[in-house]
Amino acid sequence: MNRLIQSLPTPLALSRSRREFLRDAAGLVVGSTLMGASPFLRGEAVRKKRKAIVITFGGGARDQETFAPEGQENIPHLLHDLIPQSSFFSHVTNRGILGHYVATASLATGVYETLNNFAAVPPQHPTVFEYFRRDLKRPASDTWVVAPSNGFNRIGESDCRSYGAGANVILPKHLLAATRPGGVNLDHLLQDNYENPLYTPQLGGGEFELQQLDRILRLSVQDFTAHARTLSSPDELSVYIATRLMQEEAPSLLWITMHDMDVAHSGAYSLYIEGIRRTDRLCADMWRAAQENPEYAGNTTMFILPDFGRDGDYDAGGNGFQHHRTGDAASRTTWMMALGAGIRPGVIYDDPMQSIDLVPSLGAILGFSAAQSQGKPVRELV
Amino acid sequence: MQPRDLTPGQFAAYPPEGRSLAVAHLNILRQLPLALLPSVLREVIQYDYLFPAERSLIEKQLSAIASMNQQQLADCVHGFAAISLSHDLEDFDWINHPAQFLEQQSAWLWSTHQLDAFHTAADDYSSHVDPLIRVDTPPIGRLGIAIVGQGVSSWNEPLFRNLRAEGTFFYGMKPDNGLRLLLDAAAQRATAHPAPYAHWYIDGGAPADHVPALTTISFSALEPLRTGLLKKMQRQIERPGMGPEQLRTWLAQLTPAELGIAVAADPVLARFQVSLFTEASGTQIFSTTFAQWTTREVLRRAQALTVIARFAPRQRQRPMNELMSADTASPELDSAGSLVDADMAAWYHWLNQQRLPGYKQSSFIAWFEDHNQAVVIGPTVPRGVVSDSPLDLSQLLALAAG
Repeated sequence: MNRLIQSLPTPLALSRSRREFLRDAAGLVVGSTLMGASPFLRGEAVRKKRKAIVITFGGGARDQETFAPEGQENIPHLLHDLIPQSSFFSHVTNRGILGHYVATASLATGVYETLNNFAAVPPQHPTVFEYFRRDLKRPASDTWVVAPSNGFNRIGESDCRSYGAGANVILPKHLLAATRPGGVNLDHLLQDNYENPLYTPQLGGGEFELQQLDRILRLSVQDFTAHARTLSSPDELSVYIATRLMQEEAPSLLWITMHDMDVAHSGAYSLYIEGIRRTDRLCADMWRAAQENPEYAGNTTMFILPDFGRDGDYDAGGNGFQHHRTGDAASRTTWMMALGAGIRPGVIYDDPMQSIDLVPSLGAILGFSAAQSQGKPVRELV
Repeated sequence: MQPRDLTPGQFAAYPPEGRSLAVAHLNILRQLPLALLPSVLREVIQYDYLFPAERSLIEKQLSAIASMNQQQLADCVHGFAAISLSHDLEDFDWINHPAQFLEQQSAWLWSTHQLDAFHTAADDYSSHVDPLIRVDTPPIGRLGIAIVGQGVSSWNEPLFRNLRAEGTFFYGMKPDNGLRLLLDAAAQRATAHPAPYAHWYIDGGAPADHVPALTTISFSALEPLRTGLLKKMQRQIERPGMGPEQLRTWLAQLTPAELGIAVAADPVLARFQVSLFTEASGTQIFSTTFAQWTTREVLRRAQALTVIARFAPRQRQRPMNELMSADTASPELDSAGSLVDADMAAWYHWLNQQRLPGYKQSSFIAWFEDHNQAVVIGPTVPRGVVSDSPLDLSQLLALAAG
């Protein structure tokens, strides 16, 4: 099957494809052509005010539906609104397990975690939230995780002895189900494990409680459910909760995990595309919310990166976009964009980085040590 | 338990033909590393219910391995021998539950970062075994037909974007009587080249009239199986301790009889029908996914010569705000979304067909049902060409065949 084999993309080819496309379409320049010190080299005074927002563009999007020429129609907001303001890293590799919880936990610890993807267990290594709180002596209110997937409720902190005080975790769908408006059964809403669409994971503690809606978010159950009724997807609900948190708590480290596009596991390509388009819009909404909030405007760095890709069409072991099981280049090779405070806009960096490099990079930017991370700070960010 | 310790009696629980196959090749099986052997046994334990093409392949593989000398065999499986397995895996009953072993092995390979080594080992194995296997050229060039867009009156987005590069796109063809022409063409092939499970008609809705010579599977006909399975799944999910992996294992063990399927007439087809719902994701819910996955499996497993896959509208995915309403009415159909699903499925149909022997002689037609757009791919069909020729589907079939 020579014709097919010749079509297999390599990680480098994927990276170059993104770079060429962005250079043509968005007028970005290649980072290696730039010289000079990082814009992050400022002082401690600035660092103390620095805030960071991380959005995982999940769960699982391929190049051909995003940054490849044929996919550009699905990401107009990334392309036209955010990329021109961003440094774009075109060659990010995830060498870990390609399950959404374990991969996101790996992103958050900077170590390729090996925990059971389907179990409510904490990460095996300290999370970025624990490093942040311990080293910078920050209160619990200063770092939050918003995740639509019910299985993510333990991602806020590890059970490492010397750490362990991490982020608050909000699972908006779980919160919504807890309200049970009008006695309506919302089990369908909780069925977020698209690999097994009828399965609803059990929660294992640590999640945001309904009473805190009012205390933390200044939101009544009635208002919360009324607003939820205007939204079409769990990720929209997550962004609503995240922006509410930004208004009420203004956390310095905010992590949002998107998940709508993982509906691809159902095999319906149109729903997968819808999910990507929605996530594209929500990323722009989050950036707009940061710019309109005086606590965030001007001092916030936002990172957007997929947890991983999905199987390529040409790998006979998979079924194309539906899953992320083969471990091929399309499923492991992704991208990252960084924009906002301290970021050089309009630059593409081709140098390979790994998804576990995010945490030490955040450490270098915010001023904490990601001591147990196995990643390296991204040179262009620090 | 290691492969070298295998005895004939340990295959007592295998179906008769699979047991005979295992016992006849016991010396070979004993020499395979544990990281490989359960992959072979997964086929052997199902041997009685495999399609002829699958049976032939496993027989040829075992014969190929048997023909190797010690050094050749060692070279062939050295990658698998180097894979480190846990004691739990070694202690697992991999003889009687090879599929479950493979699931656990997969998780182990991911967690120990040995997945790439396993892929390399598999490639090495294939590079040694494949040259020893005689590939049968199909008696006729394969023909794939994807019929998409049922129920869509107009569509302004470009269709068949992936397929167009592989053949000629017609945007002024005559759609009259198209479904009948295509089914008749499939029937003629089935009559002229009869073989078990060689000619298929897959429908995501209710099937149109067709000849019995076509092996037929439809979402509509399997509705009782599908809904019955969903109810059973729901009951399992509500059991304490049930998680996705346990559910998957439970699904893999279901038999046609447990799902109320009559097996006497055709046990091979009955098993296949069950597998479409128990080994896949989304087929239980969306008819478009069902038709796509069935097509994939028919090509991969049965190596069909003819496959007509006709897509019907699937149910609409309800947005969150609708789910929150008390309205429990059945969701309506999503014809437009189904067309997008089917367009991608047609691309996968062609890709899967091209993975089979004789791909250079194969041909393919994707047609927007009742409309004037189709793409035709064949050995002599120009690639990347657009045509406004007013050909009908019988003429397009002739063009595809060259």
